Amino acid sequence: MPYTSELKQLIKKVEATRAARVEAKRRGEEFPLLTLKEREERLKKYHPDFKEGSRKEIRVGPNKGYSISPEIVHILEAKSRVNPDVIDLNKIAYETDVLILGGGGAGTAAALTAQENGVQVLIATKLRHGDANTMMAEGGIQGATKGTKDSPYYHYLDVLGGGHFKNIPELAYTLVTEAPKVLAWLENLGCMLTKLPEGQLKSLHGGGTCRKRMHYAADITGAEIMRTLRDEARNRPEDIKVLEFSPAVELILNEHGHCAGAVLYNLETEEYFVVKAKAVIMATGGSGRLHIQGFMTTNHYGATGDGLIMGYRAGVRVCFLHTVQYHPTGAVFPEQAEGLLITEKFRGAGANVLNIDGEQFVNEREPRDVESASFIRECDEVGKGIPTPTGKVGIWLDSPMIDILMGEGAVKREFPGKFILFKRFGIDISKEPMLVYPTLHYQNGGLEYNSLCETSVPGFFATGEVSGGVHGENRLMGNSLLDVTVFGRIAGVSASRYAKEKAKEGTLNLDHVRRYHKELEEAGIVTDRVAPMLLPDYSNPNVRERQLTAHYLGTIR
Amino acid sequence: MEVEATKKEELVPIFIMGKRYEVPASLTIQKAMEYAGYQLIRGCGCRGGICGACGTVYRFPGTYKIEVGLACQTVVEPNMYLTQIPFFPATKSVYEMEKITPSVETLVKHYPELLRCLQCNTCTKSCPMDIEVMDYIAAGMRGDIARLAELSFDCVMCGLCTSRCPAELCQYNIAILGRRLYGKYVAPRAEHLASMVQEVEKGKYEQMLRGLMDTDEETLKNLYTSREIEPEQADENWTPKDKTYL
Repeated sequence: MPYTSELKQLIKKVEATRAARVEAKRRGEEFPLLTLKEREERLKKYHPDFKEGSRKEIRVGPNKGYSISPEIVHILEAKSRVNPDVIDLNKIAYETDVLILGGGGAGTAAALTAQENGVQVLIATKLRHGDANTMMAEGGIQGATKGTKDSPYYHYLDVLGGGHFKNIPELAYTLVTEAPKVLAWLENLGCMLTKLPEGQLKSLHGGGTCRKRMHYAADITGAEIMRTLRDEARNRPEDIKVLEFSPAVELILNEHGHCAGAVLYNLETEEYFVVKAKAVIMATGGSGRLHIQGFMTTNHYGATGDGLIMGYRAGVRVCFLHTVQYHPTGAVFPEQAEGLLITEKFRGAGANVLNIDGEQFVNEREPRDVESASFIRECDEVGKGIPTPTGKVGIWLDSPMIDILMGEGAVKREFPGKFILFKRFGIDISKEPMLVYPTLHYQNGGLEYNSLCETSVPGFFATGEVSGGVHGENRLMGNSLLDVTVFGRIAGVSASRYAKEKAKEGTLNLDHVRRYHKELEEAGIVTDRVAPMLLPDYSNPNVRERQLTAHYLGTIR
Repeated sequence: MEVEATKKEELVPIFIMGKRYEVPASLTIQKAMEYAGYQLIRGCGCRGGICGACGTVYRFPGTYKIEVGLACQTVVEPNMYLTQIPFFPATKSVYEMEKITPSVETLVKHYPELLRCLQCNTCTKSCPMDIEVMDYIAAGMRGDIARLAELSFDCVMCGLCTSRCPAELCQYNIAILGRRLYGKYVAPRAEHLASMVQEVEKGKYEQMLRGLMDTDEETLKNLYTSREIEPEQADENWTPKDKTYL
């Protein structure tokens, strides 16, 4: 749907201020950045994390008493999908050295390094191999690669500043020092990173970066990385097997308390079955599809936080889940594109953000949490948001500036994915701005792990969005693709080494699930909720009413 | 949650695998199927037009033309007869990237069917991403790896081209081989990247980073606030005033 005549009228106000804003940008004049103190005040007043009712105490498990989003508490305070007394753990369907739960960027990177380390790998994934948030990451991947102006030292400072200085130092250190190596690895795999004619990687700013170190593959960086890693995994079919449409629903431990496999569920035949492994890597990704506080999300259909509850039941602590990342720029128009990620790269390339009068109200490159809070303030308190035909409200993202600053055709060339998409809706984003509003984007926290991806349970490793600590309380853009590749590779090495050197044979059990169920009962939590959720519930309530003989377990029929 | 907002809207008839349902006119095919009562397992992935899980073909009564689209990106139209093609068998050749060359020989060795292309252009007409599929296949046959990579770059690997190819090519797997050859062998290497990797491996930044890791939060905050910010409009040759930590 093209812009309505009302919105077209409002766009004139954006156009009216554009020439002056472009001139200011050319002179190097920017809307002033907030000080650290101002950032803090803005977050406390306007960020959804601080809203009343946004946190709830967990009543069971290793983090009892820790307050996080109620939507995540609900999956933690839920029963297993499997009754430990019913499933027969002696019937083993698959046996492998390293079992990887999740076939996204982190899981696939882990599969590659584990295989190189000489072990057999089985990837179990909920949907298709590569159906993951990695595929959807658009803007880029950070890494200090240009030694004349940048170094891991500055990358580290930016990572900590973005994370409110709460990041686990060792994890942040690993992230920034491995970054150049990972980029070289991707280049060597044939990943088509966008380059200058002589071969230098193109780079841009992201929110909260002090140097332009955000590298990219047009505006589909994650898709390019994911399809390259997946193709490489498919080049090693003897050692890397993939089970699609078979999400994990529970970890299996053995008599020594070591992780020794998982129970998987075949979404199509509805069977539960056992995989025995010497080491298990949790790489199930994030949780945007829990729709925290009712927010729309940029996340993948399968992002339901499955790994959190499986790890938590097995005794692994969670951390940094008290903050959730809202991406400042999710589409709010047209309705069909609602929630869709509009990459931060638009702002990195110079596009201003504007209110209904075409005025700037925040620098477009604040860290994501500050930027989002500023949008919410402008819409809710100042009242200068732009109303959409469906009763939502948004902020202008002035993409046409990019064509003026970088030359005609720049939007089409640098953002081909979004250009085509909006063109289909009858909107030319090189001529008309986009309407955006914060959207649920990233799980900052997750399972506790160390820089070798080890958790508190021997034989159990965590990597990627399911883990927490490296980004502190807020991740910077370009650091999640980096996270999945850096820590994916490390998890593969650590788990394969463990499988070869330390794994101990033992009888399989689900006693931790029994204990967890007992703990729920003792805490007086009476619920029919089950977790992992596996898929969100987008069913039509009217249809449900008529499904007289259907039986649902959680959201799944 | 996603269907509720649209309750009051005008309803239009669509035919999912031949069966009639009335759905709100503004929905995408994907949301319309959910509205109709489907819980999607196959044929649904990113819901954002990039993963290629939801390739869909449709037709209108009285017309010969086969239309294509991604279910998550295509808005329903009255009387469309649709079905999803969530999976289509494909050939995937296995290769060692270190041992191949960026040439037509490599493409033909791994996908000999490449040469069976009839140039009928059905692949291009079947592409929901508006990619010139036949043209990139032609570029491959000429050994123009760069053109093959460039033209196929937006491919989401949904497989609709492959489902309709009379010569039985698997275009999207040929394309990714071409893109990887381009990225690895044709595009010039990033020398600054190689030298940074060397410096990191030599431990050049070790001490400065350990210093930061041991610093208290107040000092870190000061370092953070006072760090020099590269101007947005600066060109490739910009260098900071303070080079101590480079």
